[in-house]
Amino acid sequence: MRRRYCGIALAVLLAPLAASAQPKLEVPYTQFTLANGLTVIVHEDHSVPLVTVNVWYHVGSGREKPGRTGFAHLFEHLMFEGSAHVKEGEFDTLLEAAGGSNNGSTNGDRTNYWIDAPSNAVEVALFLESDRMGWLLDVMSPERVNGQRDVVKNERRQSYENQPYGLASIVLDEMLFPKAHPYHWPTIGYMDDLTAASHEDVVDFFQKYYPPNNASLVLAGDIDAARARAFAEKWFGEIKPRDPVPPLDVPPAFLTSIQKRTLTDRVQLPRLYLAWVTPAQYRPGDAALDIVSQVLAGGKNSRLYRRLVYDLQIAQDVTAFQASAALASTYQIVVTARLDRKDGRTVTPQAAIEDVHRIIDEELDRLRAEPPAEREMERALNQVEASFLDGMEAVGGFGGKADRLNAYYFATGNPDYFNEDLARYRALAPGDIRAAVTRFLPKERRVELTVLPETQK
Amino acid sequence: MRTLAIVLCLILPAPAAAQQADRSRPPALGPAPPVTPPAIQRRALSNGLRVWIVEHHEVPVVQVDLIVRSGSAADPSGKFGLASLTAAMLDEGAGARDALQLADAIDHLGASLSAGISVDASSVRLHVPVARLNDALPIMADVALRPTFPQRELDRLRNERLTDLQQGRDDPGEIVRAAFPLVVFGPQHRYGTGGVGTTVTLKSFTADDLRAFHAAHFRPSNGVLIVVGDVTADAVLPLFEQAFGSWASAGAASTAAAVTAPPQLRARRVVIVDKPESAQSQVRIGWVGAPRSSPDFYILQVMNTILGGSFTSRLNQNLREQHGYAYGAGSGFDMRRVSGLFFAGAGVQTDKTAESLTEFFNELNGMLKPIPAEEVTKAKNYLALSYPRDFETTRDIAAQLATSFVYDLPEDFFNTYVQKIQAVTPEQVQAAAKTYVQPGKFVVVVVGDRKAIEAPVKALNLGPVTFMRVEEALR
Repeated sequence: MRRRYCGIALAVLLAPLAASAQPKLEVPYTQFTLANGLTVIVHEDHSVPLVTVNVWYHVGSGREKPGRTGFAHLFEHLMFEGSAHVKEGEFDTLLEAAGGSNNGSTNGDRTNYWIDAPSNAVEVALFLESDRMGWLLDVMSPERVNGQRDVVKNERRQSYENQPYGLASIVLDEMLFPKAHPYHWPTIGYMDDLTAASHEDVVDFFQKYYPPNNASLVLAGDIDAARARAFAEKWFGEIKPRDPVPPLDVPPAFLTSIQKRTLTDRVQLPRLYLAWVTPAQYRPGDAALDIVSQVLAGGKNSRLYRRLVYDLQIAQDVTAFQASAALASTYQIVVTARLDRKDGRTVTPQAAIEDVHRIIDEELDRLRAEPPAEREMERALNQVEASFLDGMEAVGGFGGKADRLNAYYFATGNPDYFNEDLARYRALAPGDIRAAVTRFLPKERRVELTVLPETQK
Repeated sequence: MRTLAIVLCLILPAPAAAQQADRSRPPALGPAPPVTPPAIQRRALSNGLRVWIVEHHEVPVVQVDLIVRSGSAADPSGKFGLASLTAAMLDEGAGARDALQLADAIDHLGASLSAGISVDASSVRLHVPVARLNDALPIMADVALRPTFPQRELDRLRNERLTDLQQGRDDPGEIVRAAFPLVVFGPQHRYGTGGVGTTVTLKSFTADDLRAFHAAHFRPSNGVLIVVGDVTADAVLPLFEQAFGSWASAGAASTAAAVTAPPQLRARRVVIVDKPESAQSQVRIGWVGAPRSSPDFYILQVMNTILGGSFTSRLNQNLREQHGYAYGAGSGFDMRRVSGLFFAGAGVQTDKTAESLTEFFNELNGMLKPIPAEEVTKAKNYLALSYPRDFETTRDIAAQLATSFVYDLPEDFFNTYVQKIQAVTPEQVQAAAKTYVQPGKFVVVVVGDRKAIEAPVKALNLGPVTFMRVEEALR
């Protein structure tokens, strides 16, 4: 399947300047599919002598089985531990010796990997990437699983258990999604499940979810399209396809009432989380909720920041965001409340949370009653446009152009979805923002999680 | 231009013809692409303010950094935190706009404007779509040159920072970042206290203190404007002249109050900061390192890459890959105008704290034994060949230029970096290790669950063990 190819190196075209600049974003690419089903997307950018090899496997923690949570991410770690023709430790050694770097990440929907390397090392990168796609299991052993199991447990300790408020995000997902929903459990997994993961699980997971026909490869940077194609054929061509992965059978996720919970943690200040299940990424409402976030908590003049942090000074911080995902998104408003008052009083954590809670609801009510002002919309849209431009600067790494081509391909089938994505935001009118709050952030169906300092049990 | 041991042969791929992959050994590397650091156009405004411009036409954005060579190291004694609070207050009212108006104007342009400090510099940084540079520059100039330091914003920010300090006590990572320098440098030395200062100093600042710091250090002669992006030097220079050219140049800039060179440590000891029920212990081991001007700069880059500066470094391989005690382990030199820290560290699982310390010292001691030449070569190649990545985005390039300004690096620094790294010899690395890695004199700071770790750590007999409270670390 060949899409379109455009030879220009300039990635971003700026329309003639009107009163407001309207950047047109374009990331020229070629796309083809190998006989084994691997989708390959090539983007040329010769500005820096670097090449990035970016692979998305279309599997995330959502495919895990109960009792084996955390496995997709543990598996991601094992992908760096060597394969049939790459000795243990050599993946990183070879790459670093060539001036390259690499990483990977897992979420509920997908697992991504990237290797950034000087352009002369592109074949080293492709050798490494293809060897683990084709020949990982040849050298997999229970010992390797054990080694990375311990590393991942320490990742969990570092990022969740030893972090203030670190367990709240895990509890939120449990409250937002029903038990059988793929987003009910955390991608990092539960400790007991990590302990239970076995070598057999690795074999099963690899065979089910890591065939070339369940992956997409982006080759981007300082490489011409013909060479990229030849290299892709050469290094990935002989890997055997397997049975296609069936679509996930997902139970519906929606809240029918207010779900309340209180946790205690070793923290100084209480924190309130309000959360909703919202439309999946790129579905109607998704972009509007991003703008809602800007209006509520993007900058000093945003409604919640201004009232809670700036004027009243009863909160230390406020964030609001739409966490977009393939099956369903979540919307969260998170506020850390302060206990000291401007007039010198001190309040209890419960009272501080109540104050914050009331004001969030007042501001949500206000947005339900009337649309944001034109100025607020413009401010939000200009920020969104600028962040699109920023996203065009880097080719490799997380969030670079290669990663975004793969993300767009995975979600929409169109790697160069940049303009379509931006157009979703440009099409929004103030009334759409009001409608999104009314429809997707109802007061009577949401999760309300409070974290209190431990001494306040 | 380079002589790389790993350049084996030149591969010219046959176009499109399907080749058979040979997996019996890794593919050979072609010749490394030449490193072409950005061409810097060095200009000046009528008041003498330096303007360094790099044309980078990939994306229609521009990064503008005003850098002055005074940071937290310039804090007067007893006023730790002044530089930081001064910078934080710059956009809380400037020119004719108050804090909210400034934020609205900047946000509306789709720009981001921030002010901050490091140890040796203060900065005001603007990132903006190039089409809106015209509108954003006067706002940036107001913020940098004409801050008004309103009392009510000062009170607000001060309270936020006091609360931040208090909240830092929740986080073992924050605690160790405060405790370790405090142990190495002591509470009197500027480097012993974080840039933000202490509860006591924060409470003491008046708006006049901030005004005085700003007036003394924000001078054209002490600064540079760094401009990187989709602009041409000739076209934008008049814009900068208009925005910054009238900046009064009267009076020499107050040179940053010299931080005295900290005394080196002499005997190993252990400090435990009790954080009950911690799932991990945060470990830092080290002492006073080297200044940015060290003649050993390149050698230390290579040495540290081997020890803990890369994924395949000895520390990470040992603590993470071999033993699984940590998610990651590393080491580093915090190079400043005057010697900062050298440290090795990790977050390690609580029940393996003592075992982890043993492995840390095994690796630190290991640096004193002969280091295989191929390990040195790998580290040099890693540093040299990954260098172009430091210049990919406008922010990356501006940050590189800022460092070269603050530390007064030679004009050919970027162009000679690769060659100087490649010139480092195993003998030099070995000699540097003997000077900079003396594990018998290192201090060990561990933030963790005292009940669980005290006995096993004491049993290692590393040296005298003392204790610090969390509130002493984050004062």
